[in-house]
Amino acid sequence: MSDIRCRELCKTFRQGEERITGLDRVSIDIDSGEFLCLSGPSGSGKTTLLNALGGLDRPDSGSITFGGRRIDCLPRGELADLRLREIGFVFQAYNLVPVLSARENIEFVMQVQGVPAAERHRRSLAILAEVGLEGLADRRPPAMSGGQQQRVAVARAIVSRPRLVLADEPTANLDSHSATRLMALFQTLNREHGVTFVMATHDPRVMAFAARRVSMEDGRIVADRVQEPCAPEPA
Amino acid sequence: MNLTWRLAWRNLWRHRRRTWLTVSAMVVCNVLLIFLIGLQLGSYDVMIEGSLGPVTGHLQVQREGFQEDQRIRDSVPAATALARTLRRALPEAEVGVRGTAFALASSEARSFGIQLQGVEAAREPGVSTLPGMLAEGRYLRGEGEEIVVGRLLARNLQARPGDEVVLLGSGRDGSMAAAVARLVGVVDSGVAELDRALAQVDLAWFQSVFAMGDHAHALVLRLPHLEAVPAAKARVQTLLPPDSELVVLDWDQLQPGLRQAIRTDMVSAWFLYGVLVLLVAFSVLNTQLMSVLERTREFGVMLALGLGPGRLARLVAMETALLGGLGLVLGILFGTVLTLALARWGFTYPGMEEVAQQFNLPARLYPRPGAAALLVGPGVVFVGALLAALYPALRLYRLQPVAAMRAV
Ligand SMILES: Nc1ncnc2c1ncn2[C@@H]1O[C@H](COP(=O)(O)OP(=O)(O)OP(=O)(O)O)[C@@H](O)[C@H]1O
Ligand SMILES: [Mg+2]
Repeated sequence: MSDIRCRELCKTFRQGEERITGLDRVSIDIDSGEFLCLSGPSGSGKTTLLNALGGLDRPDSGSITFGGRRIDCLPRGELADLRLREIGFVFQAYNLVPVLSARENIEFVMQVQGVPAAERHRRSLAILAEVGLEGLADRRPPAMSGGQQQRVAVARAIVSRPRLVLADEPTANLDSHSATRLMALFQTLNREHGVTFVMATHDPRVMAFAARRVSMEDGRIVADRVQEPCAPEPA
Repeated sequence: MNLTWRLAWRNLWRHRRRTWLTVSAMVVCNVLLIFLIGLQLGSYDVMIEGSLGPVTGHLQVQREGFQEDQRIRDSVPAATALARTLRRALPEAEVGVRGTAFALASSEARSFGIQLQGVEAAREPGVSTLPGMLAEGRYLRGEGEEIVVGRLLARNLQARPGDEVVLLGSGRDGSMAAAVARLVGVVDSGVAELDRALAQVDLAWFQSVFAMGDHAHALVLRLPHLEAVPAAKARVQTLLPPDSELVVLDWDQLQPGLRQAIRTDMVSAWFLYGVLVLLVAFSVLNTQLMSVLERTREFGVMLALGLGPGRLARLVAMETALLGGLGLVLGILFGTVLTLALARWGFTYPGMEEVAQQFNLPARLYPRPGAAALLVGPGVVFVGALLAALYPALRLYRLQPVAAMRAV
């Protein structure tokens, strides 16, 4: 039973007179516990598809079900709640709150989720260690490198063990060591906790880790193949 | 501190200078409001005391109907005994007995109609400011056959201290009342009405000239402060002999225009304050709107993470509350210091002395420090700031996460 089921998703953007195709009749099923990567040239519709899957943007037509529930026509409030409790996002740009430290950025979302303070504290420090930022808990984003900020954003997305993680270029600013470490972490979460991962990427390192690789072009899915993922390196 | 409050506080300081400017606008407005309201309340006290001081006093016991028609027959019997009772029952009050009659005053040169008062020379300075407003000569000494007149009356009569003034009127019993008094003093109250028509003589002599016996027309009470009036009025009411047709009138009944004048003045003052508060509210609106707009992208991310727009609106409200709270605390602090200083040393401005003299007011004003003056203005500014943030906060409900995240 697939966890996410998209049927005939279409999305067109209007820029003045021009009509830009974002998604063109995209249909895809993603099972619970999959580790999937979306690849394709810039502008091919990867971000648009991730936004639709996460309920951030409504498709013009087509349907999306998530865990058996239609989400393409849910009211805003319920969509927000779904995102808060079941989906973790990592965006293409880092998107942290600049006046909060790394730890506070992570705790802030947990606070909204209703996690008790002591628990928040413990979990935020643990997750920072997992993404390799143990010394930077009290550093604020403007004083961190792009890669460090990206890792905080990842930590924020996965700290509450969502069912689904949608990641847009999660390794864009990471050196190869950090990227591999992050992918290993994702893979662990995927294998041990059954978290579904959908990642949009240009990064061959990410693609190598994925068990399924979906290629897009001009808003369409042009290839969808299962592959043998590379094993996590021993830490 | 709660993480959300911490976030709100830090967000406030992302633009230090802008925040300080907005806070300064609030502080200036608060201090101004505290100063103006304090001064206003203080000047009402002065205005009331200034107009009640010369004649009216705070309370008067009269025969029913005397206030309207001022007929000499509508008198208070056994005035001496009643005055003694009042003095014993209200030790904090000054009590003076007065008789009043219309008379014709003539000097060698001219004649004028006057309002003649018989007063207890020793008591009058306690209930009236008039004895202290001598322009020439001296005040009454309670010796009879002496008269003190207003400055304009003296000029009209062309009389000076030492001259004789002939008084002609009718007594309480309808008989003819005639007497000659020596002018001993001229008072200058600054109130033209009084200076033109008022004259005072000793009460005992007045009572004999106008065939009053122990009757009088008013027992005038002066209390330590205005706030004491209602209680004292109620107390006096109980002391009046039953079935005596006597009434107690407070200053508002004795001088009905006064409260109305104050009310009118208040309305125009509140209008000014309203404009001030509105200006500050717009400055807050501007600041908070800018701060929301420039964070569109950040708010977009929060929405994408699943925070409801209500939570973001609450964050903006908290930021505004902190901003307003800062203005409130600093405003009250500076305002209190200023008011206390002025309450001690007084306040005056060029030209005020002339105006003050004209209206028989003291040349310095002392703002009245008090909870009302200190809290009302800043409180309204605070609420106004919160209301002003409503619009920027409500805008967040229209934000779409994807569009917001694409914003620059
Ligand atoms: N809000 C928008 N308004 C107009 N056009 C848009 C909007 N969002 C996306 N597009 C267009 O839709 C197409 C798909 O964009 P999308 O962001 O999904 O591409 P992408 O595959 O994520 O590219 P990249 O690898 O560069 O991130 C592009 O041509 C883009 O210009
Ligand atoms: Mg993209």
